[in-house]
Amino acid sequence: MYGSGRIISALLVFVGLVTFPIWYNAGKAQQPPVLQMPAAEHPECVRDVLYMRTSHMVLLNEWRDDILRKSGPRFGVTTGGVRYERSLQKGCMSCHRDKQNFCAQCHVYTAVDPNCWDCHLEPTSEEALLSWTNEEVILNEEVILK
Amino acid sequence: MRVLQAFIAVVALILVALVLAQVPGGQVLLGIVLPYLAIIVFLGGFIYRVVSWAKSPVPFRITTTCGQANSLPFIRQNKLDCPSTKAGAVGRVLLEVLLFRSLFRNTQASVHDGPKLAYGSSKWLWLFALLFHYSLLVIILRHMRLFTDPIVGFVLPLKFIDGFLEIGATTIYLSGFILLAAVSFLFLRRLVKPYLRYISLPADYFPLLLLFAIGLSGILMRHVFRVDVVAIKELSVGLTTFTPAISDEIGVVFFVHIFLVCVLLVYFPFSKLMHAGGVFMSPTRNMANNSRMVRHKNPWNDPKIKPRSYAAYEDEFREVMIGADLPVDQELAVAEPEEAAQASTEQAKT
Repeated sequence: MYGSGRIISALLVFVGLVTFPIWYNAGKAQQPPVLQMPAAEHPECVRDVLYMRTSHMVLLNEWRDDILRKSGPRFGVTTGGVRYERSLQKGCMSCHRDKQNFCAQCHVYTAVDPNCWDCHLEPTSEEALLSWTNEEVILNEEVILK
Repeated sequence: MRVLQAFIAVVALILVALVLAQVPGGQVLLGIVLPYLAIIVFLGGFIYRVVSWAKSPVPFRITTTCGQANSLPFIRQNKLDCPSTKAGAVGRVLLEVLLFRSLFRNTQASVHDGPKLAYGSSKWLWLFALLFHYSLLVIILRHMRLFTDPIVGFVLPLKFIDGFLEIGATTIYLSGFILLAAVSFLFLRRLVKPYLRYISLPADYFPLLLLFAIGLSGILMRHVFRVDVVAIKELSVGLTTFTPAISDEIGVVFFVHIFLVCVLLVYFPFSKLMHAGGVFMSPTRNMANNSRMVRHKNPWNDPKIKPRSYAAYEDEFREVMIGADLPVDQELAVAEPEEAAQASTEQAKT
C-alpha cells in the first residue's frame, strides 16, 4: 500500500465521522421524554393518542385558520361527547397545564422549536389559568411586550 | 430500456419494504438488523475500495494539466489548475471537492450555420451537482437530531437556517426540496439529451432514482404521512447505543425510508458513488506536476540493472552505428597514426 500513513489516518477520520453518533452518545445519560399527563378528570383528548403525537401541530394550525380566517366555531366536541374550546391556551393547556413537562419534553428531545410561544403564553399557575379572562390574557401579553 | 431497469429496481425495493413492514418480525429486520448490516458493509466496503486503490502503484506523475505548467520565469503558471508543489496539489483537490472545479470547466459544443463549430460554457451540471451535494450534506447533518441525545450543538442553527421560510405546521426544510429538484435535473439531463442517454447505464440511473425515492419518502414522512418522531428517535438513538427497540406505532413510510437508505449504504462502496473516496485518490488530480523538476524513479525497478545513458550506449556501438550510416553525437576519434598502429598490433595480439 502506497501513502499508507495519509490514507489510513484519513480512513480513520472517515470512520470516526460516520460513527459519530455512537461515540457521541456513549456514556451520556439519555433524556427520553417523560410526559406529565393530565389529571384523571380529563380522560379523553380531542383526538386519539397516535394522531395527537404525529399531527397535533396540524390540528392547531387548522383551528387557527378556521377560527381567525374563516370565523369557524370556537368550540368542538370529542368523539366521547366532551365539549372543548379550540384554543391552545384555553383548550389544550387547560388539561396539559405544565408546558415544561408536557410540550417541551418531546420538542427538546427532537429539536423542534415551535413558534406557538412567540405570541401565546403558558399558564403561570393553575389558579391564574382558571381565573384568566380574555381581557387579562391581552393585558398580560401587553405587559410582556413592554 | 436501461432507465426502465433502474426504475423497476427502485419500485421493487419500495414494494419489498412495504411488504416487510407489515410482516411479523419484518419491522425488526428493517429497523434494526438491516441498518447494522448496512453500516458494516458500507464502512467495510469503503475501506476495501480505498485500500485497493492505494495498493495500485503510481510511480510517475500522470496529472491532468488544465492550465499553464510551471515553466520559464516570465510565463505565469496556473498554480491551481497545473500545480507544481504539494500545496498547489492540495489546493486543486480542495477546489475539486468543495467547489467541483472540473464541472465548472464544462463546455458544450454546438454546430452553427456555415457550418461552424462553437464551444460555449455550460454551467448547469456544475450548479445542480453542487446544489445536490450540499443539500445532501445539510440533510445528513440535520438528521443528527435523531441520532444524538442530548442533541449535538450544530443541529439547531442548521435547522433554523434550513427552515428559514417557516412554511407549514411542520416547517419545510429547503435542503429537502432543493435535493429533489437537483436530483430530478440530473436524472432528466441523462434522459432528455440523446448523447447522454446513449452513454447512460442502469448504474447511472439507479442511484439518482434511489436518492429521489429516499428524499421523497423523507418529505412524505414529514409533511404528509406524519410519523411519531419520538418513537423513531428512540429507535435511532437505541441503534447508536446498541440497545435498539421498536415501538409498534412507527408508520410504514419510515420503514420504506430506512430500507432505501440501507440499500444506498450497501450499494455505495460497489458503485460509481465511490467517487466520494475516489476524488481524493485520483492521481490525475492529487499529484503535483513536477516531472521537469524531480526525477521520479519506478520503485520496483531491479536495482541490479544500472541506469545507462545514451552516451554510454553510443560509446559501445559507435563503430557499428557509423558502419550502418546512423547519426552519432560524437564521431570516431581520429587517432594519431602511431597510436593507430599500436592499437592495431595490440588488437592482433589479442
